[in-house]
Amino acid sequence: MGTSLDVLSHEMVPDHQIMDGEEVTNLLATYHISLEQLPKMYHDDPAVKAIGGDVGNVIRITRDSRTAGRAEAYRLVVKRPKK
Amino acid sequence: MTSPKRVGRIEFGLFSPKEIRKMSVRKIIWADTYDDDGFPYPQGLMDLNLGVIDPGLRCKTCDQKAADCPGHFGHIELAKPVIHVGYTRLIRKLLRVSCRSCSRLLMTAEEVEKIIGPEDSELAGELVSEKDIKKERVCPHCGEQQLKINFEKPTTFSEVFVEDGRKVEHKLTPADIRARLEKIPDDDLRALGVNPDVARPEWTILTVLPVPPVTMRPSIILENGQRSEDDLTHKLVDIIRINQRFKENQDAGAPQLIIEDLWELLQYHVTTYLDNEVAGCPPARHRSGRPLKTLSQRLKGKEGRFRGSLSGKRVNFSARTVISPDPNLSIGEVGIPLAITNEMTLPIRVTPFNIDELRQYVLNGPERPTIKSPCGANYAIRPDNRRMRLSDANLETVAEMIEPGWTVERQLKANDIVLFNRQPSLHRMSIMAHRVVVMDGKTFRLNPAVCPPYNADFDGDEMNLHIPQTEEARAEAEILVSVQSNILSPRTGGPIIGGIHDHISGIFLLTHTVRHFSKEETLYLTQHLPIEHLPEPDRLDDDGKPLWTNKQVFSLVLPDDLNMLFQASSCQNCETCKREMCENDAFVRVVNGNLITGTIDKKGIGAFDGQILHRIIRQHGMKRAARFIDDVTKLSIRGIMLEGFSFGIDDEDLTKTEYGQIDEVLNGALSDVERRIKIYNEGQLEPMPGRTLEETLEMQIMQVLGKARDRTGEIAGRHLGMDNSAVVMAVSGARGSMLNLTQMAGCLGQQSVRGERIMRGYEDRTLPHFRRNERGAEAHGFITNSYKSGLSPTEFFFHAIGGREGLVDTAVRTSQSGYLQRRMINALQDLKVAYDGTVRTTGGRIIQFCYGEDGTDPGKSSYGSPVDVKGIIESVLKQEVK
Ligand SMILES: [Mg+2]
Ligand SMILES: [Zn+2]
Ligand SMILES: [Zn+2]
Ligand SMILES: [Zn+2]
Repeated sequence: MGTSLDVLSHEMVPDHQIMDGEEVTNLLATYHISLEQLPKMYHDDPAVKAIGGDVGNVIRITRDSRTAGRAEAYRLVVKRPKK
Repeated sequence: MTSPKRVGRIEFGLFSPKEIRKMSVRKIIWADTYDDDGFPYPQGLMDLNLGVIDPGLRCKTCDQKAADCPGHFGHIELAKPVIHVGYTRLIRKLLRVSCRSCSRLLMTAEEVEKIIGPEDSELAGELVSEKDIKKERVCPHCGEQQLKINFEKPTTFSEVFVEDGRKVEHKLTPADIRARLEKIPDDDLRALGVNPDVARPEWTILTVLPVPPVTMRPSIILENGQRSEDDLTHKLVDIIRINQRFKENQDAGAPQLIIEDLWELLQYHVTTYLDNEVAGCPPARHRSGRPLKTLSQRLKGKEGRFRGSLSGKRVNFSARTVISPDPNLSIGEVGIPLAITNEMTLPIRVTPFNIDELRQYVLNGPERPTIKSPCGANYAIRPDNRRMRLSDANLETVAEMIEPGWTVERQLKANDIVLFNRQPSLHRMSIMAHRVVVMDGKTFRLNPAVCPPYNADFDGDEMNLHIPQTEEARAEAEILVSVQSNILSPRTGGPIIGGIHDHISGIFLLTHTVRHFSKEETLYLTQHLPIEHLPEPDRLDDDGKPLWTNKQVFSLVLPDDLNMLFQASSCQNCETCKREMCENDAFVRVVNGNLITGTIDKKGIGAFDGQILHRIIRQHGMKRAARFIDDVTKLSIRGIMLEGFSFGIDDEDLTKTEYGQIDEVLNGALSDVERRIKIYNEGQLEPMPGRTLEETLEMQIMQVLGKARDRTGEIAGRHLGMDNSAVVMAVSGARGSMLNLTQMAGCLGQQSVRGERIMRGYEDRTLPHFRRNERGAEAHGFITNSYKSGLSPTEFFFHAIGGREGLVDTAVRTSQSGYLQRRMINALQDLKVAYDGTVRTTGGRIIQFCYGEDGTDPGKSSYGSPVDVKGIIESVLKQEVK
């Protein structure tokens, strides 16, 4: 094993935060959606691993946006399916 | 209606012989179809159990009539098994990974474990592949030495023995292969990614063949009363005949050689029945020599079931013809030939409010004699949905009969809204809604200002027309798809409809520098504009007659409160801009809707970067912008007609002085090249950093020759001034560039392939006209002649070489981008922006939480940004903003 790299400190990796239960409830209510209708990300995504996220968590990703300055996206962590 | 259900999963598998027999309603044994009376043979290919196509008969399976019976499968028992061509790759793989004796996977349990691992491990989901197994190894289970399996297209498998040091191929019959596949254990198959519950591998070797229902291979009766069978039926006839002969020979104990021949023949017929375009297999042909369209051909490709019948279909209420220009139409109109408007209809429901009008349409009948005549109607539809074709015989009776509840299909008339389309439909502006103008002639007419979004020209282009048939469709067409709501392109946020070619030349000629027009001239220019009064004249001439300036005339089409500052296309980008004092009159300044200084050209009204157009859209809306385009194009056409505009061969003429200077420049360059080659040959050349000597020389030569060409252009340009049409077109941005002019009048310059001088051709030289290893300018594609002076034979050849590269590039690019477009559209077509601003799939799943992250529609933006700050400040301060 080589030196471990903290992916979160790389400038190309946006901010990832695990949302708590209340935040998720509000999010789903805002968009009138079920959990399944959120965009997904895999449990073995390097950023998910780095923040200790697990299957079922919803992650808030805050990116710099060319059009809006700052943009938030939300993704549900799912297990990577078998090929 | 039942409520919609979610698809849980889709299972793909193979039919087992058992299932094929179970779904079959009849065993088919006769190759014949109909008897002499035209009645289907029992147990023949058209057996009445397989469904009916002839009216009057009833299906023996479901007892329904021809229209209602869906058809039922039958089956043929094959004399010997044959391979299904669609699965040869799977069969090859399975033969290569399984033991030839015990049929188990050629791996120990530990080896398999290493690749697949136990459930829930990192490796879960991995599969064993052909590459994981060493070739010709010994079976770890029974110790059998494995042999190489050869596969020859389309369906031949063989094993390779080594006998007395020679390789001997032994053919495997489908029966041998089937026996091996049967023995592969279920667990081994799972490790290979095959689900044995739905797809046992031996099912890829057919022992029984399903016979599709007659409803999917109906026979047609020709004009002469003869029956013509479907291609599939022909193929099934072949299969049954050979199968029959095979069985007879087998029962009679025919020699092995004959049996093998028949077996191969049966395999050929089954193969071509499934796919008639397999590599290494001559296609089965009809008696006429046409290849048969068998199962795979029905599905594959552009005309196949998926792309041809399901994703795209032919439509009614559409028309297609050649297009031609008409600058007197508004951009939102389309001229349609009378013959087409008479044929095309839209349904209007009869109500108490329109019954008199519709009755009149019915009385007018289906024949409208001239474009001025009121429109008629072609059909009336009764409340019970019976259509009545209107003809001179029944006009009056039908007109009497109609009442609310009926529908009248009236002809197209002026101001109806229609969809107009030109392929390839690459962006949404390829289909726009226009208003109808009924015209004489046989072509669709459109304003040349709407050519850019359609990418249309008039060299024989054809376009399509569609008539929306419902109120909703018409409303949608008008609000979303109309030409005026598509002036701004969602690609750039700038205009895509606007002046082209002569519009730009014309407005340039009209507005360049300050000129004065008499009243007659002014009225000639403005006669098509919707204005009621001329402005105050600029001044009086010596006789006391009023004169107007060209800038005043142009200002007539501008909104009154427009304030703008920008540099025209003709701006030379001087180091310090002299602004209002620019000697090229390229500094455009508009104050309160009056053009003060500057020339209007491509930057002002052009289709892609018309700034005035863009500003009017932002500040006055689409409707005013559409009117501006109509007005400005009409004005510019008048402007160009005032003096006339043409280009001839003598416009490329220069004087003796210029020709002398050009020769001097070219001779100088040629000798400069010779000199550098000499330095190189003497080994005196200093290489540039990171370059070889040869590369350095090539770069120097390219540079010298490039400069020489530019110098000839400058010399030609000095002689050709604003009185030259080509210069006007180039400077105003209407068409062409100064480079084109250089090549016409000065010198064509270096021809290149992939950015380098032409090096290909014969051994050590480009053409036999040159010495071997010659490096000079002429020997590698430098053309000293111009298009005017004409090319020498060698120059002409080099020009063709350079020209071919361009043609090949475009051909390759269009096919590649076309395929990319297809894939993108397939991936994106069902996404939409929901009312809350999110981008969602049809299932309500979110793709973007806010469209484009800022929720801005680029088609309603100012070059991508939601607010046009520069424009707002300019219109308030009437000053430039930095
Ligand atoms: Mg064309
Ligand atoms: Zn039936
Ligand atoms: Zn074995
Ligand atoms: Zn200037």
